[in-house]
Amino acid sequence: MILPIIRTAVVALRRDRGALTLSFVLPVVFFSIFAVIFGGRRSTTPRITVLVVDEDHSRVSERLVRGLKGEGSLEVKTRPEPVKGVEQSEYTAATAEVAVKEGAAPVALVIPHGFGDDPIAFGPQDANRPTIQLLEDSSDRVAPQMITGLLQKVAMTSMPDLMAEQGSKYFEQFAGGLTPEQRNRLNQGIQYLNEREESGASAAGSDGGSIVAINAQAVVGKNKKNPMVSFYAAAIGVMFLLFTASGAAGALLDEAESGTLDRVLSSHVTMTSLMLGKLTYNAILAFAQLVLMFLWGWAVFKLDFWSHIPGFVVMGVSTAIAVSAFGMLLASICQTRAQLGALSTLVILIMSSIGGSMFPRFLMPAAMQKAGLLTINAWAIDGFTKVFWRDEPLSNLWPQVLVLLGIAVTFFLFARRLARRWEYT
Amino acid sequence: MGQLSGNSQAWPLRIDSLVKRFGQVTAVDSISIGVQSGECLGLLGPNGAGKSTLIRSIVGRVIPDAGSISIFSAPGDSMAARMAIGWIPQELALYPRLTCYENLQSFGRYHGLNGGWLEQAVARCLDWATLTDRQGELVKNLSGGMKRRLNMAAGMIHQPKLMLMDEPTVGVDPQSRNHIFEMIEQLRRQGISIIYTTHYMEEAERLCDRIAIIDHGKIIAQGTSAELVHSAFGSRSQVMARFQAPNERVAAWAAERGGRAVENSAEFTIERSTEIAGILESSAKAGLDLVDVSLRKPNLESVFLHLTGRELRD
Repeated sequence: MILPIIRTAVVALRRDRGALTLSFVLPVVFFSIFAVIFGGRRSTTPRITVLVVDEDHSRVSERLVRGLKGEGSLEVKTRPEPVKGVEQSEYTAATAEVAVKEGAAPVALVIPHGFGDDPIAFGPQDANRPTIQLLEDSSDRVAPQMITGLLQKVAMTSMPDLMAEQGSKYFEQFAGGLTPEQRNRLNQGIQYLNEREESGASAAGSDGGSIVAINAQAVVGKNKKNPMVSFYAAAIGVMFLLFTASGAAGALLDEAESGTLDRVLSSHVTMTSLMLGKLTYNAILAFAQLVLMFLWGWAVFKLDFWSHIPGFVVMGVSTAIAVSAFGMLLASICQTRAQLGALSTLVILIMSSIGGSMFPRFLMPAAMQKAGLLTINAWAIDGFTKVFWRDEPLSNLWPQVLVLLGIAVTFFLFARRLARRWEYT
Repeated sequence: MGQLSGNSQAWPLRIDSLVKRFGQVTAVDSISIGVQSGECLGLLGPNGAGKSTLIRSIVGRVIPDAGSISIFSAPGDSMAARMAIGWIPQELALYPRLTCYENLQSFGRYHGLNGGWLEQAVARCLDWATLTDRQGELVKNLSGGMKRRLNMAAGMIHQPKLMLMDEPTVGVDPQSRNHIFEMIEQLRRQGISIIYTTHYMEEAERLCDRIAIIDHGKIIAQGTSAELVHSAFGSRSQVMARFQAPNERVAAWAAERGGRAVENSAEFTIERSTEIAGILESSAKAGLDLVDVSLRKPNLESVFLHLTGRELRD
């Protein structure tokens, strides 16, 4: 009796263009939007634009500007963009301030006259010492702090000779003089640093200028062409699966309202076989949606689909059954289609937001990550991530599969219990 | 109604002391009735009389609080009973996005038909409903009459021996209604037993061998149309006089004369037509301004009014 139920539902779906669009076209469009927004980026934080005004034009200030320009996270501008091909004059303190006010950049740095004569600030405070001015847009709370930190770092890495010289000066002042031999060796070291900086052998961020040598190496997703796409394929896919499944399960409400359900139940078909038939059909529909999503990801966004087929099938089937049972439960709770629409939208959007369909759970606070485990989305996305991002073996998927199938069985049993109201008047 | 007696083998349907309550409302109040082989039994009553609840109890969609139902000697809730019954619900219980053919095919499968049997059954039902040339049409695109016919055909797909028709002509035009009557008469010629619920007297008179008048969940009279009229009115006729006067005055005068008032009209039963003159003379004396007067033979509508004091279509 299950097969006839499926056949009837398939034919009905073919005729419902709205449901077809919702099921197959809309998820792909949504997925593409998210993939374009998030998947195409190399890093999650954009480069910060900083305007630099060098009023000093000393050897020291030029080294500092050069050091800032060498920072990969900064886009240093000393003059506005050319207008109609005409080169603009360099920023002054006043024009830089105007540019910040106009939103051209969140921060401007002004290196004053005389900065190069006494650039290092540690030691006794001197009110007459020329100080770098940081002009910030206070609506951006991140950029000014980041620039402040980077400025300190660049000072350390681009002017090591001046740092050493100033340090020795204060050492001699407070600890007593050096012996001629110590003085000679210190001067040689400072001379070496000075020559190295002048020759450009040390660039900001290189090993020579670092306080601690760092060798960063990615251990996850290193070889992925586009790792975020697999995440969003699963994340957006599960969210739309939930919508589709609840919509498809709403056919029960339509049939109850039209009297068709009564007629069906007066035949050989029992309520259990009817619901199993609809569960199976809705799960097949959900799995077909997932296949389409991941194929689209492969074709357009270079998602590595074909080498993950077994994991995809295991997670896809588990997820499809779980969302199908979820839809059946929602439909059996509701009295009308309108109720179902409202309830499903509410529940699905909440589940999707805390379950990681809209924002990765690993970037959420710990409490929110735990709360997410109450949702189908989280378990499904975790499973797909294991398959597509971490390349884990099938055997590692058992927690996700077990939970999803457990959810499916529980939800279906509840739905069956609630459906007793349709069995008899 | 008392308990039915006799050999149950002869009865396609037997209902004994059936009761169904919805909260405080008793929708079916201790009904006992049977349908004989090849008989068409009409259940005549106004909306809310309990006809549909009785039908839904027979088809297993309502669980009775008391009483028993047997269909060809099988318990009403058995699979054998389900297969013997064909139900045409009052609603258009069809899949709107499926074609006529696909609808019949689906319901045939739900009844366990497949292969050649299913194809034959679909073809037979399409022919019966004269929808063969529209078999590829989506149901949502059919006219109201066509939908009604298809709704009937879907109930016939598994060739049941007892048909339960719950107001199958609701909302159709006269031409389609005649078409449906022809379909039912065709079934009658095949010897299929039928229960036909309606609140249209003409339909009951035309189609049914026997009529049970049902009101407030009880069968208040049953028999052939002629028997019902005769038992209520004998050989008498009805006179209806309409007045231009307040309803209360008409009612007081009608009661005084042994008649019944319906709004600003008064109804009397008379043995001889000469009694009309006396009625008119009395109304004139009572100061009632007569608008018109009519004489008619009693019908099922009159019987229902006589038994319940209400119109069938109230």
